[in-house]
Amino acid sequence: MADTETTTGTPADGGNGAGNGKKATRERTPFAESAFWRSIFRSGVPRTRAARMMGVLNSVFLHLHPVRLPKHAVKVKYTWCMGGLSFFLFLVLTITGILLMFYYRPTVEAAYGDIIDLGSQVPLGIMREIHRWGAHLMVITVWLHMFRVFMTGSYKPPREFNWMIGVILLVLTMFLSFSGYLLPWDQLAIWAVTVGANMARAAPLLGHEGPGAALLSIGDVNFIHAGADAKFALLGGRFLGGATLLRFYVLHCIGVPFIVMIFMIVHFWRIRKDGGISGPT
Amino acid sequence: MKATINWLADPAISFTLIILVFFLVFPITDRLEKISKRLKIDLLWTNTGGLIALGVLVLFFVWGLTDENFRLIVTKPDNVPIVGLIFLVGFFTWLSMKQARENDNRMGQGGQPLEASDKSKVLVWPDLIYIEFICLILATVLLFAWSIFVKAPLEEPANPTLSPNPSKAPWYFLGLQEMLVYYDPWLAGIVLPTLIMVGLVAIPYMDTGDRGTGFYSYSGRKRAISTFMFGFLVLWTFLIIVGTFLRGPNWNFFGPFEVWDANKRVVLNNVNLSEYVYVFLLETGLPRGWLIREIWGILLVVGYFAVLPGLLAKTVFRNLYERWGTVRYSTFIVLLLMGMALPIKMYMRWLFNLKYIVSIPEFFLNI
Repeated sequence: MADTETTTGTPADGGNGAGNGKKATRERTPFAESAFWRSIFRSGVPRTRAARMMGVLNSVFLHLHPVRLPKHAVKVKYTWCMGGLSFFLFLVLTITGILLMFYYRPTVEAAYGDIIDLGSQVPLGIMREIHRWGAHLMVITVWLHMFRVFMTGSYKPPREFNWMIGVILLVLTMFLSFSGYLLPWDQLAIWAVTVGANMARAAPLLGHEGPGAALLSIGDVNFIHAGADAKFALLGGRFLGGATLLRFYVLHCIGVPFIVMIFMIVHFWRIRKDGGISGPT
Repeated sequence: MKATINWLADPAISFTLIILVFFLVFPITDRLEKISKRLKIDLLWTNTGGLIALGVLVLFFVWGLTDENFRLIVTKPDNVPIVGLIFLVGFFTWLSMKQARENDNRMGQGGQPLEASDKSKVLVWPDLIYIEFICLILATVLLFAWSIFVKAPLEEPANPTLSPNPSKAPWYFLGLQEMLVYYDPWLAGIVLPTLIMVGLVAIPYMDTGDRGTGFYSYSGRKRAISTFMFGFLVLWTFLIIVGTFLRGPNWNFFGPFEVWDANKRVVLNNVNLSEYVYVFLLETGLPRGWLIREIWGILLVVGYFAVLPGLLAKTVFRNLYERWGTVRYSTFIVLLLMGMALPIKMYMRWLFNLKYIVSIPEFFLNI
């Protein structure tokens, strides 16, 4: 609304100008200034400085950003774009993941065949590839984002809490990737998860082969045994099987992304609240 | 040549070499920094130095790919990300250190860091939006090309009765799996990863003050950066590379140009500390009770975590202890000692074939 150059958009009605070509061209409003366009983008085409600022402020997506930034902070040399790319990859993974869910069934009988069909029967069958390589790439971009934040000292006060949120997001990213690793239900998948599950079995106190597990007992009643320990909780059974697949599927598609989203909201919010992107004082 | 590289790649040798080089490249004290300057290691952080390093790395991979065994392991679809990781981590280390050294030079001459030289502001639309847009398009193109040219791996259907040799976790956990060589699962898989997380979270609460925020710099923050880089590059990335490329059947070590021979014989003559004490030193045989048997190891561990911090506070870290106070210092020193416990155990294994310092299988407690 701060913009001055635009006329209040009179809707261009096509019937009016018939017969007088010259007059019609003069009265025709550009589409980007029509009432329809202006109902969507309130601040109009961002040609002036004011309109550009309002454009960022008025957009629910762009207003993650401030309106203005210090010059050094927009340079790729400084940010490496890694935080943004991590978020972008999260979105790519969400979209490709939803598409994959149309075809994939998390059962021991169907999973492997569905994965083969994803490559051979589904049109443009590279959705699984994009999802898998995107996941690997996201693990790398999250690491590099942390690396950049460390190297620029951006974890220091007042951003120490947001660094903590970032560490949690880093761990969740790896757990997201790990839980997805099981879903193809091939040899690679079950044995990689077995390696992880065997570590859970040895968890101190909570794993039945971990130190201190025997302490959690009253009389001769053991609370931690092969049927009730960290490994059992992870696998949904004593051994890796259909229950594990379902458990990992739910965690991978809904459980962990839900938690990640909450932490991302806090992470982005706190960037702004802690004074925006870091810079020399 | 290939035999030499295979020999050099052995963790005991490559790890030692990397540690030696690491503290010259990322000097942690003023004296090391002077030596590093005298050796002109800073030349690595120039355009020429970076290009030469990149060239050497690329040549190594191109030359390596002519070897069948090297090709087999590097081009495995799920290993492609790690090859990418090696180049990306290398590039971004170079990029940050280059800017850090430039800023150090500027500040050494009484100037300001480059980031502070232009205080003007730019509009997010269009100055940031178009950069983000280009990054996004490049990432999409990369992802599509990668997806078209490299198929996602899919092995035989799951078969719980047939375990592959070696069974490997996803690559980003292979540093942890590599730790299993030296520590039992409860430490390598649970305690140490938890402490890595706690340690990362604790960084801003130990390295306080906003000095050095918002620009690349090395000299002013050399202790923080060197410590972090040691964890990130040596203990994390290097162990991932070892776990991925150099560990074959039975988790035995294989050089990059070596055939993964499932029948490779490796002598397992690792011995517990208790056996060293009672069998070799006192020649009495192991005592029956676990407490007497393991008392030496327990004393060692307790000494490491309870006595050593105090000694260090009086000597090497005296200034730090006085500045930081008991709580902050204790947090730092316990995390540091935990971190150092890994290389220490590695060397004890390589030098003395030491298996466990404390071994109480009665409670699944092996350290």
